[in-house]
Amino acid sequence: MTGPAPAPRYQLRLAHLYPDVMNIYGDRGNVLALRYRCQVRGIELKVTDVNVGDPFDPAAFDLVLMGGGQDREQRRIAEDLVAKGPAIRAAVDDGLPALVVCGGFQLWGHRYVDHEGGVIPGISVFDLETRHPGPRADRCIGDVVLSTGAGDVVGFENHGGRTYLGPGQEPFGRVRRGFGNNAEDGTEGARRGNAIGTYLHGSLLPKNPAITDELLLAALRRRYGADVELPPLDDAAEQAAHRSAEAIAARRSRGAD
Amino acid sequence: MNARLAAAVAAGRAAGLGSRLLGRGGGTALPGLVAERVDPAIVAHLGRQLGGGRVLVTGTNGKTTTSRIVAEILREAGRPFIHNREGSNLMRGLASTLLFEARPTGAIPRARRTTGLFEVDEATCPAAARALAPGVFAFTNLFRDQLDRYGEVDTVAALWREALAAAPKDATIVLNADDPSVAELAEGWSGPVHWFGLDDAAFATEYAGAFDARWCRECGGNFAYDRRYFAHVGWWRCTGCDRRRAATQTTGSALRLGLDEATFEVEGIGALRMPLTGTYNVYNALAAICVARVLGLPPEAIAAGLAKVRPAFGRQEVAELEGRHIRLLLTKNPAGANQVLRLLEQLAGGAQGTLKVAVLLNDRFADGQDVSWTWDVDYELAAGEVGSCWVGGDRAEDMALRLKYAGWPAPGAVVHEPAALLDAIVAGTAPGDEVFVVPTYTAMLDLRAELVRRGAVGRFWERGE
Repeated sequence: MTGPAPAPRYQLRLAHLYPDVMNIYGDRGNVLALRYRCQVRGIELKVTDVNVGDPFDPAAFDLVLMGGGQDREQRRIAEDLVAKGPAIRAAVDDGLPALVVCGGFQLWGHRYVDHEGGVIPGISVFDLETRHPGPRADRCIGDVVLSTGAGDVVGFENHGGRTYLGPGQEPFGRVRRGFGNNAEDGTEGARRGNAIGTYLHGSLLPKNPAITDELLLAALRRRYGADVELPPLDDAAEQAAHRSAEAIAARRSRGAD
Repeated sequence: MNARLAAAVAAGRAAGLGSRLLGRGGGTALPGLVAERVDPAIVAHLGRQLGGGRVLVTGTNGKTTTSRIVAEILREAGRPFIHNREGSNLMRGLASTLLFEARPTGAIPRARRTTGLFEVDEATCPAAARALAPGVFAFTNLFRDQLDRYGEVDTVAALWREALAAAPKDATIVLNADDPSVAELAEGWSGPVHWFGLDDAAFATEYAGAFDARWCRECGGNFAYDRRYFAHVGWWRCTGCDRRRAATQTTGSALRLGLDEATFEVEGIGALRMPLTGTYNVYNALAAICVARVLGLPPEAIAAGLAKVRPAFGRQEVAELEGRHIRLLLTKNPAGANQVLRLLEQLAGGAQGTLKVAVLLNDRFADGQDVSWTWDVDYELAAGEVGSCWVGGDRAEDMALRLKYAGWPAPGAVVHEPAALLDAIVAGTAPGDEVFVVPTYTAMLDLRAELVRRGAVGRFWERGE
């Protein structure tokens, strides 16, 4: 006998910013990872796409995601993002968990300066600036391994811009393999509260379940209280993919373990 | 004849002979590379002798199949032609193809009547257009490809505009009307345009899948679709200005897809049948039919040529392994993979849990080193239809995770080595079973080598014309 499914105990509301425009190199995988890890735990994940011109109240969400895009795509959304910026900053200060990748990461800093000196304004969630060193500079492309507070993180970076953190800005991790923010200072990404900015594709979250669960747990605790726990999952497939990416980075990316 | 050209031809031929004697593969690029060192303009010097029409075929997906279809039609029409058939589509590959057709003097026999048919890599288009001054220039589609190789979709579009600026002003361009990123190449083109497209409401879908957004180059408006076939391809119109899909001279309709063949109709030719399946291959056929029409080839040759097309390397080839039918479905990027998955879904015809599928993921240079693209592929499309699966390739673990999140059944094996993969497939299937194998490019090469070792297929450069 089957009755109606029991109402899920927890619900999370995810805002996916500009999913059609800012989605490159598989950033969609991050949504799939969040959805999967909620689903198997009986957590309802409600995903709302937020596009240019849509009203957006970050206070009505538990998680925010934004992916990367080409330069032309960043230009297309920049004005709209700037309008939404103050509310996003306030929500991040209030503990809103977020993951922003590549182009999204850049625009959550102060500005992106392209190779002709053109400026795309950002929303200053993170204290950082990104500059493109010019059409003849190599892109930073390759496998990455980071050390972070949540353990090793693996991914793939592919960016022309070089990002420089302000003096007090905490990075997401330290580069062990790969280029990181600017190929110079060993930092990668940025953190503010529960918001993470990073260059890592891969997609990031499927292969780094510790980060996925960190975001989910922060979102649940912010909404339902500090005593919420996440039951562990069978992560054999996730860990195998993580180890495989780590081994490949050790073979083909610069750096040391 | 020019002495440098003759020396280049001799050097290239010697390199090709050496490469074959050493067993270094089909020798499709090296001879051209060597010959270009001697005569950097060898492609122009040899190619411009061809007076029976010089055709360039490019696009992110389908250029190999499209040019092979054109080749079959040319053969049926009795036109002599030269074609870089094995798909080495950089300048060195064009040089290789041409120099093996030339006499030691550098003269190509019967050049005035011979058609040059060249599949050209997207980024090679400007150089190829400058060297060959094509009379026909066909563009199949513009999808997101291996972005760590070329940068961005915009970069490819800019390269194509540069190529058109270098092409003769009276060349006919052949464009996919249903792909707005290809269609915009017509703007600013003063020569003739021949459009192809699909008119079949039954193949329209609500579900676009993952795709990169396009918008109007003129006004920045979003595109709306009266019909969307896949990704950004369909009957598009701009919501901000009056740009819209052009009326097509070559229109495919009444499409039917089978396991081994597709049938469709084209106005002015009638019902056509070809031994390739998938909506994407119908688009390839329509592009090829356009090219054939521009070259003035008769409808009978078009129909007969299509019927004789054989699959390109690794694309819908079938190997027989211990009674199992191993069907190779090469995928090089998300758009191609999505089309293969849609085809699998269509072939299952609504039956659940029946398909047997192996997915192979490599991350070498030719595959794209970033495996992120697998997350842009809708493996979810076939989740219900797949009954058994196996995962292979250098990045098998990444692929296994992708399929886990897509809801596929637990794989029968997650292994790197092609031999272990084939053993697992044989162990998990029975004679007579159809097994679909969906590999990336180098994974396909490795698997194919193992199939050859087991006597299941022939070596590709030995397959006769």
